Amino acid sequence: MYSLTYKRADSVEEARRLFQEASDAAYLAGGHTLLPTMKQRLAAHDVLVDLTRIGSMKGISVEGDRVRIGGGMTHAEVAGSSEVQRAIPSLAALAGSIGDAQVRHRGTLGGSIANDDPAADYPAAALALAATIMTDSREIAADDFFTALYETALEESEIVTGVSFAIPETAGYAKFRNPASRYPMAGVFVARHRDGSVRVAVTGAGNEGVFRWQAAESALAGDFSANALEGLSVDPDLMMGDIHGSAEYRANLVAVMARRALANLGSAEAII
Amino acid sequence: MAQDGIGARVARKEDKRFITGKGRYVDDMRVAGMKHVAFVRSPYAHAKVGGINSEQARNMPGVLAVLTGSELVADGIGNLICGWMVHSKDGTPMNMGAWPALAPEVVRFVGQAVAMVIAETRAEARDAADVVAVEWEELPAITDPAKALGEGVPQLHPEAKGNLIYDWEIGDKAAADKALSEAAHVTRMEIVNNRLVPNAMEPRAALAQYDAAEDHFTLWTTSQNPHVARLVLSAFYNVAPEHKLRVIAPDVGGGFGSKIFIYPEEVACLWAARKTGLAVKWTGDRSEAFLTDAHGRDHVTVAEMAFDANNRITAFKIDTIANFGAYMSLFSSSVPTYLYATLLSGQYDIPTIHCNVRGVYTNTAPVDAYRGAGRPEATYVVERMMETAARELGVAPPELRRTNFIREFPHQTPVIMNYDAGDYEASLSAALSASDYAGFGERKAEAARRGKLRGIGLSCYIEACGIAPSQAVGSLGAGVGLWESAEVRVNPVGTIEVLTGSHSHGQGHETTFAQLVAERLGVPIDNVSIVHGDTDKVQFGMGTYGSRSGAVGMSAISKAIDKVEAKAKKLAAHLLEAAEGDIEIADGEVRVAGTDKKLGWHEVCLAAYTAHNLPEGMEPGLKEGSFYDPANFTFPAGAYVCEVEVDPDTGHTEIIQFVAADDFGRIINPMIVEGQVHGGIAQGVGQAILEGCIYDPESGQLITASYNDYAMPRAHDLPSFKVSTTETICPSNPIGMKGCGEAGAIGTPPAVINAITDAIDNNDLSMPATPEKVWRALRAGATAMRQAAE
Ligand SMILES: Cc1cc2nc3c(=O)[nH]c(=O)nc-3n(C[C@H](O)[C@H](O)[C@H](O)COP(=O)(O)OP(=O)(O)OC[C@H]3O[C@@H](n4cnc5c(N)ncnc54)[C@H](O)[C@@H]3O)c2cc1C
Repeated sequence: MYSLTYKRADSVEEARRLFQEASDAAYLAGGHTLLPTMKQRLAAHDVLVDLTRIGSMKGISVEGDRVRIGGGMTHAEVAGSSEVQRAIPSLAALAGSIGDAQVRHRGTLGGSIANDDPAADYPAAALALAATIMTDSREIAADDFFTALYETALEESEIVTGVSFAIPETAGYAKFRNPASRYPMAGVFVARHRDGSVRVAVTGAGNEGVFRWQAAESALAGDFSANALEGLSVDPDLMMGDIHGSAEYRANLVAVMARRALANLGSAEAII
Repeated sequence: MAQDGIGARVARKEDKRFITGKGRYVDDMRVAGMKHVAFVRSPYAHAKVGGINSEQARNMPGVLAVLTGSELVADGIGNLICGWMVHSKDGTPMNMGAWPALAPEVVRFVGQAVAMVIAETRAEARDAADVVAVEWEELPAITDPAKALGEGVPQLHPEAKGNLIYDWEIGDKAAADKALSEAAHVTRMEIVNNRLVPNAMEPRAALAQYDAAEDHFTLWTTSQNPHVARLVLSAFYNVAPEHKLRVIAPDVGGGFGSKIFIYPEEVACLWAARKTGLAVKWTGDRSEAFLTDAHGRDHVTVAEMAFDANNRITAFKIDTIANFGAYMSLFSSSVPTYLYATLLSGQYDIPTIHCNVRGVYTNTAPVDAYRGAGRPEATYVVERMMETAARELGVAPPELRRTNFIREFPHQTPVIMNYDAGDYEASLSAALSASDYAGFGERKAEAARRGKLRGIGLSCYIEACGIAPSQAVGSLGAGVGLWESAEVRVNPVGTIEVLTGSHSHGQGHETTFAQLVAERLGVPIDNVSIVHGDTDKVQFGMGTYGSRSGAVGMSAISKAIDKVEAKAKKLAAHLLEAAEGDIEIADGEVRVAGTDKKLGWHEVCLAAYTAHNLPEGMEPGLKEGSFYDPANFTFPAGAYVCEVEVDPDTGHTEIIQFVAADDFGRIINPMIVEGQVHGGIAQGVGQAILEGCIYDPESGQLITASYNDYAMPRAHDLPSFKVSTTETICPSNPIGMKGCGEAGAIGTPPAVINAITDAIDNNDLSMPATPEKVWRALRAGATAMRQAAE
C-alpha cells in the first residue's frame, strides 16, 4: 500500500466535503474490496474517507411494501435482521451467503452496490427486487444503476446511503460458487412481485455484469416454477469465460441455478 | 508405558505459544539498526536485462542502497546449486544452467529478482523498488513441459540444448517391451500430475546481520534445515565461511518442502548485510510466495501395464516428462527420479519395470520437493492404472490389488527399493470394512433416487521415508549424507535438554521427541525441552523433510539415550553397590531390580555432576551425542477409500466419505499422527479437485497468482475423515517407526479421482477435477454412450 491519509466522517455531508477536498480520494466502507486492491498497489488514493461511523447510513426499516436498508449495514447485520428475514427471507439468506464470516462482518451493502463487481451477490437482488438505490443527492432505479463491469450511475463523489427493496410475493436465490474466490460464478435471483410481474436477475456470469434474463421472466410470468424453464438457456456468447468456467459452462449454470432458485423459494442455496 | 511416553495421546506442548500468538517467527525478529529490503522482480517470463537505472530510487525517502545482480556477481557470490547429480542414460551429467541470486543478464520466470532496495521502512523500500528502471528486452517464453523439449522453441539455458536437463532411465526396457508384447491385457494411460503452489501459512523471510568487528554473520531464516542452509551458503555461495555464519530457523509456519531450499533472497540479504554494513530484513508477501516459492509436481506421463491371463502384472513401463521450471532448485533433480521412479512398484509384486524421465526447463518458477516429493506422482500413476485396469479387466478393484500384493518381506523391487516390512492386506481390509465398501451399491442406488451420481475409489499407496542410508544416496548422486544427529544433555537436577538436527515447522517435535525421552528415562515430558533450529546450539543436522524426523531424528535421540542410560546405570550401580545389569530406570527412579534399593533420577544426575563419588575412570557429567545413519528407507503404506457424489447438472463433486487406513509402524502420539494424516488428506483433496497452478502459455504470466484464482481446500470442502492405523514394526530403526507426514498427500489424489471417474462412468478426467471438467466429462461420456448405442 502507498502512504495515504485516513479521515473519518460523521455525516454524509462531511464525507462528501472531505472527498472533494482531496485530489484522489476514495470512500472506505468495509474495505474488503478497496484495501486488498490498495495493498497490491493496483490502486492508490491520497485520502480515504471512512463512512462506517455515519449514523444515517445505518438501520433497517419496513415501510409499506418496501424494505429500506442503510448503505452502511454489514452483510451480517442484514442476514441477522428479523425484519429482513420476515419481509424478504431470500434477501437475508443471500446476505448470509456472502463470502465468509469475516467478510460478512465488514463488507457493506453500500460498498457492494457501489463497487458493482460482476460476481457480487447483492446486485442480483437489487435488480430482481426492483430496488431503488438512494444516494446523498437522488434516487436511482436499480435497472438504471449498474451500467457496466465495476461501473455504476454514481457521480464521482456520490454516496450510496441506502437501498430500498420491493417486498415480493415470493423470491428465491441460488448460486454456484467459484471454487477459489467463492464469489458466485453464476447466481440467479427470481422474484414474483405483488403486481404479478416476474423478475429474474443473473450475477457472476454475464460478460457485461449483472443482467435481467428476460426470456426467463416471460416464461415464468405464466407458470412460476422450474418446469417453465425447461429447455430455456442463455446465449453463451453473452457469458464470461475464465479459468474457472467457460462461457458455455456458465450458461449451463445460469439455467440450473434459475431452476434451483425456484425450487428454493424463501431461501438461498449455495453450491460449493 | 510411561505416562507421557510412546503411544500416549499427549496435547502438543508447542501449541500454547502458537495459539496465543506468542510464536516467534523470522518477521518477529528485530535487531538494532535493522533496515528493510524489497526486491525488484521481473514482470516478464523471459527477458534480457539491459541497464538498470536506480537514480530515482536512490533519491526516494528513506532509501539507503540499491544493489543489482552485476554487483553481486562481481563480488564473487556463487550461483545457486542443485545438490543432487543425476546422469542421463548415456552417462552425461545433468545440464545445469547458471542461477545467480540476482539476475544480471537474463530473467527466466516472472518474479525473478534482479535488484534489491534497502530502506528505513518496508513501505519505503517497496516504493523505491517500484521506480527502479530496468531496460527489459522481452524474449519469447515457453511454459508447457512437453512442448519445451526440442529445438524450434524458446531456449532457456545455453547449457541445456532443447531445454533438456537429463534423459534418465531405470529398469530393464527390453524386458518391459517384451512382456508388453506378450501380455494378455495391456492398460495404457496418459496421466498429468498437476502443478501445485505450496502455500505454507508463513511466507518466506530472511534477516541478515553482519558484525564487522568479529567478521561474523547471523541469518534468521524460514528454513526446514538451517545446517544445510549454512553449509550451502558457505561452501557454494561464498557469502560467509561456515564457522563465521550462524543460521537460525526459529518458529517456522509450515514448509511442505518449499523451505528446504536456499533461495536467492537469503543469499542476497547476507551479501547485502556485509556490503552495506546494515542489518537487513526481507519478508515476502503472498504474491511473492506464489511467484517464487518452489512449486511442486508438474509431470506428463504415459504408462503401460501388462497383465497375464491370471490378472498378474508382468511389466510396467512409464515415460515421464518432468517440468523443472526455469532453474534447477536444490534437490529438484532427485524428485522425479530417485524419489519417484523407485516407488513405481507400488504395493505390488512386479517382475519388470522400466521408467524413463526427461527433465525440462520452462519459463516458470523452479519446481522441487513438495509434500510427498515424487511419491505422490508415483502413487497417482500406479493407483490410477490399477483402478483403470480393474475396470478394463472386469475385476473388482480390491481383488486386482490383492492378486498382485507383495506378501513376503523383505521384498526387492526391480527399481532399487527393498521393502523391509508391511502387511498390505491388513490395511486394505481395514479400509474396506471402515468404508463399508461392500454396501456401496445400496448407497449408489439411494443417491440416484436423489438425482446424484455416487462413486467409490480406492488407492493402495506405498511411500519411502527417512531417505537413507548415506552411502546409498551418495552413490545415487546426493551431495549430502542423510543421517541425523542428537545430543541429550541431562542437567544436574535431572531435567533434560535434547538438541536435535531435525527442525519442527508444524510437526510437533517438541512433544513427540519429549515423549521418547519420557518413555526411556522415566521423567515427565515437562522436564524435557527440545532445542532445534540454531546452528550455534546444535552442532549439525540434516533438517526435516521426507517424513524423516521420526525415523531418523528420533532414532539418533534414541541412540544418544542409550549412552546416557548406560552411564547413569553404571553410576547408580556404583552408588547402590549393585551390579550394572540389575539397574532399571523408571518413574523418576533408578532402582535395583527386585529390591527396595533405589535413588531418585535427580540424585543420580546430581552425583554425575558433583563427581564426588564416581566409578573408577568415569568422567563427570551426563551428556551424550549420537550420529545415526539408518540402514534403509522406511516404507509406510496404506489403503484409502474415497466416496463422492457428483451433481450431474453442475459437475460439482462432494466428498461424502474418506477412509484412511495407514501403517506407520510404531506410533509415538496418535493425536499428532491423526493431525498429519488429516492435513495430508486435505492437501491431497486440494490437488485432486481444487488446486492447479496455471501459467499463460504465451506470456508466461502466472494466472493463479492469488487466492482469488488458486483454489485452496477449506474445511467446507472436506468430510470428517475416518482414519485408523494398522501396525507392522519397522525393522530398520531402533524405534520401529516409519513416518506419517506425507502419506495423506500421497495416497489421496488417486482415491478421489478413482471415485469421481467411477461416479461419472468416464475415466478421462484430469486433476484438478474442477466442476466444469467433471461436467464436460459427464457429457462426453454420455455422448460416447449414445454413439455406441446408435
Ligand atoms: C475474501 C472475500 C470474499 C468475498 N466474497 C464475496 C461474495 O461471495 N459475494 C459478494 O457479493 N461479495 C463478496 N466479497 C465482497 C464483500 O462482501 C464486499 O461487499 C465488498 O468488499 C464491498 O463492500 P465493502 O463495504 O467492503 O466496500 P469497500 O471495499 O470499502 O469499498 C468498495 C468500493 O466502493 C466504494 N464505496 C464503498 N461504500 C460506498 C458508498 N456507501 N457509497 C459510494 N461508494 C462506496 C469504495 O470507495 C470502493 O471504491 C468478498 C470479499 C472478500 C475480501
